[in-house]
Amino acid sequence: MNLTQPVLSARDLRRAYLVAGAPVEAVRGLSLDVHPGEWVAVVGPSGCGKSTLLNLLGAIDRPTSGQLLIRGRDVAVMDDAEATRFRLTGIGFVFQRFYLMPTLSAAENVELPMAEAKRPRAEREARAKELLTYVGLGARTDHRPFQLSGGEQQRVAVARALANRPALLLADEPTGELDARTGEEMIALFDRLNRDGTTIVTVTHDEELAQAARRVIHMRDGVIVDDQVRRPLESVARPA
Amino acid sequence: MIARLALASLTRRRGRTALTIAGVAVATAMLLDMVMLGSGMRESFRGFIEQQGFQLRLTPRGTMPFDSEATVGGAQALVARIAEDPEVVAVAPVLGAKLFTPRADSVVPAFLLGIDPAVQGDYVLAEGRDIAAPDEMVVNGAWLEATGVRLGDTIRVASGYDAQLRRFSGEGSVRVVGRGRFMMLAGGEKVAALPIATVQGMGGEDLRDRLSVVLVATRAGADVETVGRRIEASDARVSALSTEAALRFVDERLSYFRQLAFILASVSLITGFLLVTTLVTVSVNERIGEIAVMRAIGVARERIVVQVMLEGLVLSVIGAVLGLGLGIVTAKWLNEILSAFPGLPAAFDFFLFEPSAAVRSLGLIISCGIGAGLWPAWRATTLSIAQTLREEAVA
Ligand SMILES: Nc1ncnc2c1ncn2[C@@H]1O[C@H](COP(=O)(O)OP(=O)(O)OP(=O)(O)O)[C@@H](O)[C@H]1O
Ligand SMILES: [Mg+2]
Repeated sequence: MNLTQPVLSARDLRRAYLVAGAPVEAVRGLSLDVHPGEWVAVVGPSGCGKSTLLNLLGAIDRPTSGQLLIRGRDVAVMDDAEATRFRLTGIGFVFQRFYLMPTLSAAENVELPMAEAKRPRAEREARAKELLTYVGLGARTDHRPFQLSGGEQQRVAVARALANRPALLLADEPTGELDARTGEEMIALFDRLNRDGTTIVTVTHDEELAQAARRVIHMRDGVIVDDQVRRPLESVARPA
Repeated sequence: MIARLALASLTRRRGRTALTIAGVAVATAMLLDMVMLGSGMRESFRGFIEQQGFQLRLTPRGTMPFDSEATVGGAQALVARIAEDPEVVAVAPVLGAKLFTPRADSVVPAFLLGIDPAVQGDYVLAEGRDIAAPDEMVVNGAWLEATGVRLGDTIRVASGYDAQLRRFSGEGSVRVVGRGRFMMLAGGEKVAALPIATVQGMGGEDLRDRLSVVLVATRAGADVETVGRRIEASDARVSALSTEAALRFVDERLSYFRQLAFILASVSLITGFLLVTTLVTVSVNERIGEIAVMRAIGVARERIVVQVMLEGLVLSVIGAVLGLGLGIVTAKWLNEILSAFPGLPAAFDFFLFEPSAAVRSLGLIISCGIGAGLWPAWRATTLSIAQTLREEAVA
């Protein structure tokens, strides 16, 4: 039992795609609560709807039906501008591919969401430096993505996702393109983030990543078939 | 940062960007040249038809308005009669003839204009002084060059020359006092002007009391057409053509050119537009994943629109500025080629540079550049984020 207000609350969430004229339900009536400070790993066979779910949770896709409250706000009824603003300030996204802006430096990539949120330049620069130091890239701030390894790029992407202090960090296969060792580093980074208070939902095939999470949700055919808390929440500290 | 991203996307593919800018520059140059061509010919005609304030041009009836061979007799009486008209303030008779200047081993032929030095509209003095005596002559640069005569020299000339018999007729001694710019004559053509009475005298019976053109200046506010009709009614041998009518006449002839210029200008504009659209579309397609990521992390639609449009704007502004220079250079070059066309007056320009026309052309190209960004920008902002990321991950 958790007494805190959930960060995220989904009720009977559905998402259908039209494939060759016929609707295919990728997520079919899924309900889920995520509380502050949790780290949830969503696992399941390929095609079971994990990415679809994560996109819904991140407000980059809309449910066909059902309700989705994130920090008490109904994502399904937001218009594009509201949803965009919501993603900017409320959600941090880490993608399987690192998807950094290739023409910007590591620091500028981290500053991008802050610039969009109209943070003052000095604050942006200071926070970008701080975040890159946090993910272990304090010395690489001026490097461009092509000058960084895959693991380093993914860490820049994590720093970018944290830029506007989101309530929720979402990651779709964050270790998917990394080798075992850099994958482990990434897992350690997520663990540290979570210990420092960041609420995380990751979708993964990576057993080790799933093992590290506090709570593991198994999906099959668009629904949750198993939901286990492995490590209960200790005292929760809000992230810096 | 958005501006940085737009510029970065242009510098990322330098060769491609440079080619597009070159294309826009060529399109701009073409557009500008066509606009200059459209107005240049018209304004040139106006310039030399208006000839220093003469509104009417009388020529022997039945000849072309700019024919210089035909003449009418009774010149003095004709001029006096026209001058009597209450609306007329100045009458400038002109007689066209030939001038032969013997040099050491050759004879230099030239075109000779008999004019009234007090009221003439054929040349503007460029050097030396104007005619003040019956035997003083103003010439053009080409004549000076061909004869080697210098201002101040007194030389012998003739109005007739039989090349077989090597015999001169209508000989006289004249003093070259000034160099003028003759507006009606083709570049390179040699020309000299003497008082009309002197020319008539040198021509003997053939030219006695004759003239080929009369330029008439009317009082300010006078109805030029009415004065023209009145003169025509009083003397059946001449027909009057007003500056405005001449311009209309020329304008009609030029309308074909202007249409051609208009079509070519439109084609240039469309080409520039398509070029920029193509590049921006390709560039957006190339970065569609990046754009989807930007949208996913919360970058607003407007910012993406600005970024994409900025790309088109930068391309078209740089292209347009380069095209301005290119257009002026090519116009000059084409003008030289076309002006060498035999029989065209030296003052005749095919291309006229007007700052307002240049600004308009640049404005058109730049608007096209902005417009060119619209479609790709619309595509970039209406993409489905989840779908695009998914497709990019597969790609
Ligand atoms: N845009 C789409 N159009 C049509 N069908 C889609 C679309 N996106 C997802 N699907 C279908 O929805 C189902 C779930 O896809 P989803 O990507 O969510 O699975 P996943 O669990 O993330 O798989 P994986 O582990 O391979 O990434 C699949 O059957 C997929 O084919
Ligand atoms: Mg997936």
